[in-house]
Amino acid sequence: MELTLFVIFGAVAVASAFMVIVSRNPVVSALFLILTFFCLAGLYVLLNAQFIAALQIIVYAGAIMVLFVFVVMLLRTGKEARRGYRLIFQKSIGIIFVVLFLLLLGSITLMVSVTGMRGPYTAEAVRHIGNTQAFASVLFTDYLYPFEIISVLLLAGIIGAVVLAKRKR
Amino acid sequence: MPIDFLPILILLILSALMSGGMVFLSHLFGRKEPNPSKLSPYECGIPPVGDARLRFSVKFFVVAMLFIIFDFEGVTIYPWAVIFRKLHLFGLVEMGVFLGVLLIGLVYIWRKGALQWD
Amino acid sequence: MSPFWIDLIIMLIKVIVVMGALLGGVVVMVVVERRGAGFIQGRLGPNRVGPWGWLQPIADGIKLFLKEEFIPAQAYKPLYLAAPAFFMFIAFVTFAVIPFGDKVELFGRTIQLQIADVNIGILYIFAFASLGVYGIVIAGWSSNNKFSLMGGLRSAAQMISYEVALGLSIIGVLMVGQSLRLNDIIGMQTQYWSYLPRWNIFIQPLGFLIFLIAAIAEVNRIPFDLCEAEQELVVGYQVEYGSMKFAMYYLGEYTNLITFSALIVVLFFGGWHIPWIEGLNIHPLLLALLQVVAFVVKVFAFLWFFVWVRWTFPRFRYDQLMRFGWLVLLPLAIFNIFVTGVVMVLIP
Repeated sequence: MELTLFVIFGAVAVASAFMVIVSRNPVVSALFLILTFFCLAGLYVLLNAQFIAALQIIVYAGAIMVLFVFVVMLLRTGKEARRGYRLIFQKSIGIIFVVLFLLLLGSITLMVSVTGMRGPYTAEAVRHIGNTQAFASVLFTDYLYPFEIISVLLLAGIIGAVVLAKRKR
Repeated sequence: MPIDFLPILILLILSALMSGGMVFLSHLFGRKEPNPSKLSPYECGIPPVGDARLRFSVKFFVVAMLFIIFDFEGVTIYPWAVIFRKLHLFGLVEMGVFLGVLLIGLVYIWRKGALQWD
Repeated sequence: MSPFWIDLIIMLIKVIVVMGALLGGVVVMVVVERRGAGFIQGRLGPNRVGPWGWLQPIADGIKLFLKEEFIPAQAYKPLYLAAPAFFMFIAFVTFAVIPFGDKVELFGRTIQLQIADVNIGILYIFAFASLGVYGIVIAGWSSNNKFSLMGGLRSAAQMISYEVALGLSIIGVLMVGQSLRLNDIIGMQTQYWSYLPRWNIFIQPLGFLIFLIAAIAEVNRIPFDLCEAEQELVVGYQVEYGSMKFAMYYLGEYTNLITFSALIVVLFFGGWHIPWIEGLNIHPLLLALLQVVAFVVKVFAFLWFFVWVRWTFPRFRYDQLMRFGWLVLLPLAIFNIFVTGVVMVLIP
């Protein structure tokens, strides 16, 4: 059951990620990216990480992609899409990098064990205290400093957004 | 547990079938007698002017960017709220610092008039 | 049959019943809205089809199914067709975690009157509600019409602006309830302070007010229906939609309205809880039935409230709308979190 669902979600995620690259219309690309995020959320649920799944949809599919869609909608798709740049140079470089990347990935998976270190929060423990509660009790005690630093990062984001808008006049 | 989400999967499939089926059925039943003026974009009766792909105000992008920031802020408060009883005063202070920094951002937005539509 | 198959069949029945109930709720709401508008404006409203006009939405539905289907010449066809389906799909899926009754013992099985009892309940609703925006934006973009694009954009900017306040307004409830699971939140509210039921409305009045206002904006209704705005944008993103595709936006909007009313009831008004009934010694099945009825009555009270607001208030101006969302509701929601936190620290 779980394996079947994993295969389905995984296959749809990979297929739609492929469609993001292949499709001609940028808006369609953006929508396929949302589908990819959605399938990733499904995978998180299968991993018993429901809170992360919700974050995945709320932050990525629901917030960041809205900005993407806004930007992409502004493009005049008719003209840009059909101009057809010739990208021979980029293509050959790209192929080299893809081969290198696959070699790297393959060698890592073969040499190193992919399952990480075992922490105190096993699947049983998480089920007992609740997924969100487990996440929170780590974030707001052990990782307090990074959490507070995030606020400064977000403040920088706010200022950046405001400055971008103001420079237009 | 993942099994709790199984009914949601059923609902996803059924409502996808229903909404897809509705579009398909109305396509099947509806008459089709198209003509050029029926299919032209509606602009209150006059012939359409120019391109429909308007350039729109940069304000919309600012709203979308600010939304990402505050949305992220929102989802970090959820886990905090759930264990607030345990964190107690410590939790109040740490969230106070976090939200305080973001309130500075909100004041900045307000003072700069970034959301002023004019 | 093995127990898993029985569970699966129960799930299937619950899903179908809820989908049917939502569709039925929309049908009732169409009549309530139109008759209610008539009542408020001192006219009759539809009263010819069936007794008191109750069959009007059925007649409308059949008519819309048989209407001519047109696809504008310049429209981007796949997305133009997909957008209304997606909007309705999301609206129906969002309802999944709302509990409409307590547990029921039936044939030796405990059945939860809810499609899915998940531990991230409230986040699930926000996750799917935030996806609804694409149904509108994509409709606006793919129709290739200036009004559609403007309406879609405005609506998207408005929905995301109020989503922030919406999300922050219920933090107080979660701080008291200590869980994201909607059943736990209702469970908290079934207790009493001497005689007063512990409904969250009494502890979180400000949070409730913010949530109510943001919910109206989130479902794009007057006074926040800037995406439609008949006088300036005709009807915004829907302008190039006819026949059943138009009806699907209608269905989706009313389903969203029902979901948000149900959410208000669950978060602030005790969900299916009927106060002071515990001492009366009623048969458990009858009690469960009464609780479902109580839930439906509470939801319809809020649905009527939304109808009332719609036909009473004028529309906001767009700049007022944005300023109100970001610079009034958002700081108020943060203020509410702090007050709740301070009170909870001071009074153990």
